[in-house]
Amino acid sequence: MEAVVVKGISKHYGKDRFVAVDNVSFTVNKGEIFGIIGPDGAGKTSLFRVLTTLLLPDGGEAMVDGLDVVKDFKQIRQTIGYMPGKFSLYQDLTVEENLNFFATVFKTTIKENYHLIKDIYVQLEPFKDRRAGKLSGGMKQKLALSCALIHKPTVLFLDEPTTGVDPVSRKEFWQMLKKLKNEGITILVSTPYMDEATLCDRIALMQKSEILAIETPQAIIDSFPKELYKAKSVSTPALLNDIKAWSDDIYAYPFGENVHFTFQKESINVEELRTYLYEKEHHNLEMEPDIPSIEDCFIHLLRA
Amino acid sequence: MKEEVIITEGLTKKFGNFTAVDNITFTVNKGEIFGFLGANGAGKTTAMRMLCGLSKPTSGKATVAGIDVYSQAEKIKSNIGYMSQKFSLYEDLTVLENIKFFGGIYKLSDSRIKTKSEELVHRLSLEPQANKLVGSLPQGWKQKLAFSVAILHEPKIVFLDEPTGGVDPLARRQFWDLIYEAAGNGITIFITTHYMDEAEYCNRLSIMVDGRIEALDSPGALKQKYEAANMDEVFYRLARGAKRAE
Repeated sequence: MEAVVVKGISKHYGKDRFVAVDNVSFTVNKGEIFGIIGPDGAGKTSLFRVLTTLLLPDGGEAMVDGLDVVKDFKQIRQTIGYMPGKFSLYQDLTVEENLNFFATVFKTTIKENYHLIKDIYVQLEPFKDRRAGKLSGGMKQKLALSCALIHKPTVLFLDEPTTGVDPVSRKEFWQMLKKLKNEGITILVSTPYMDEATLCDRIALMQKSEILAIETPQAIIDSFPKELYKAKSVSTPALLNDIKAWSDDIYAYPFGENVHFTFQKESINVEELRTYLYEKEHHNLEMEPDIPSIEDCFIHLLRA
Repeated sequence: MKEEVIITEGLTKKFGNFTAVDNITFTVNKGEIFGFLGANGAGKTTAMRMLCGLSKPTSGKATVAGIDVYSQAEKIKSNIGYMSQKFSLYEDLTVLENIKFFGGIYKLSDSRIKTKSEELVHRLSLEPQANKLVGSLPQGWKQKLAFSVAILHEPKIVFLDEPTGGVDPLARRQFWDLIYEAAGNGITIFITTHYMDEAEYCNRLSIMVDGRIEALDSPGALKQKYEAANMDEVFYRLARGAKRAE
């Protein structure tokens, strides 16, 4: 069963018809965590706004829970949860007032769906009388998620919920999403962090208003068309420069503590490269084939 | 002898009863790429604001480029560069207008601004975009341009506050090429980031927890000390123990 169906959705802006979303299609299954992974300006927010009925598409059609985003917008708004990238709660209402407000608008109570937000709300409770505008970034994020969940939505749209959030809080946030998935909520989440891709059931890689690939993270990694190597020595910058200088046929880039590289042609002899690097004084060189990450795949797709 | 361009000793900032930055002591060497890490709310921004001469410390000592942060805060501003993800350039000015504007702020002569503009536009291969509005450039280019503008006046130190947030993986690496180039030219880089792979690109880094510097060393030494496979693990181990709810 499909929770979201997107068919050829396009969105343009302004008199120059700037293309934000260009003929994008995908489906999200019920109970899935579906990630839209891409940098700023890829079109993620425009796409989310079309799906949450806040923007009219210029082309194509989309259904959420079997309802049309243009014709049935009123019904969709009652069933989905949306957490925008920009903090959009009432800054001068307290934590508790904001939550109560959203519960009332959706004709429910905090008590009724408390089990959904319990884990998040216990962390907010000490601050329940504080105005939302006075909360720290991490606490605002938790409150926004609570407000988006309070009416037990069928589909949850999270637009860059972890941008600017430190790695520890990001991990905790994803653990919360897993729990919500277990409650049967379908989740569409966008992020610029490639490492979060593997936490999704399926992902769409998006760049410059188009989708480059849609698959499970594993299938995207499996379809990496080249052999990827990693290399490490005392000085990463020197190693990177020497590998780049060895052949025009090589494509090398820094990757954390390692240098990653691929070849255009299959015929390259890795042992020759190793010998050359020893001559360049990289004596404690470690070099071996590596499994690509989603970030390697994205870099490859950007260059293709 | 290493030249130290940032020296702090017991630097502290309190807001009422709350100690945002708690007695931090460290030095940064000339030409070094220094990563300044920590969880949200650990006190990074407050510490950085003191070093940029924007916020007066409660106690402790600090000099930046040899200038005292208490008595000569204004003078620091002309000796440093600053760039963040949030504020960088004026979107409704063109590339050249932005360069001219910031060159003026930094009090460069007209002829110097002219030479600098040509150099900069050429180095970033921005010739076709020189007269276009900055707002129309892709995010990755904006960040590269913003960095180049932040070091237009050849400061001793440039402070970069999450400069690569939301930038695509290719552009992120091109940005780091610029950082390495600047460091090679003797500019000290003081950078915050939430990308742990970027932590690996720093010469040394500090990790702040609850206002204090909990660890400070090279990425290799930190991984060894905490028996971690990567910086992500090091960070997780240190920051997980944070008591402060931001």
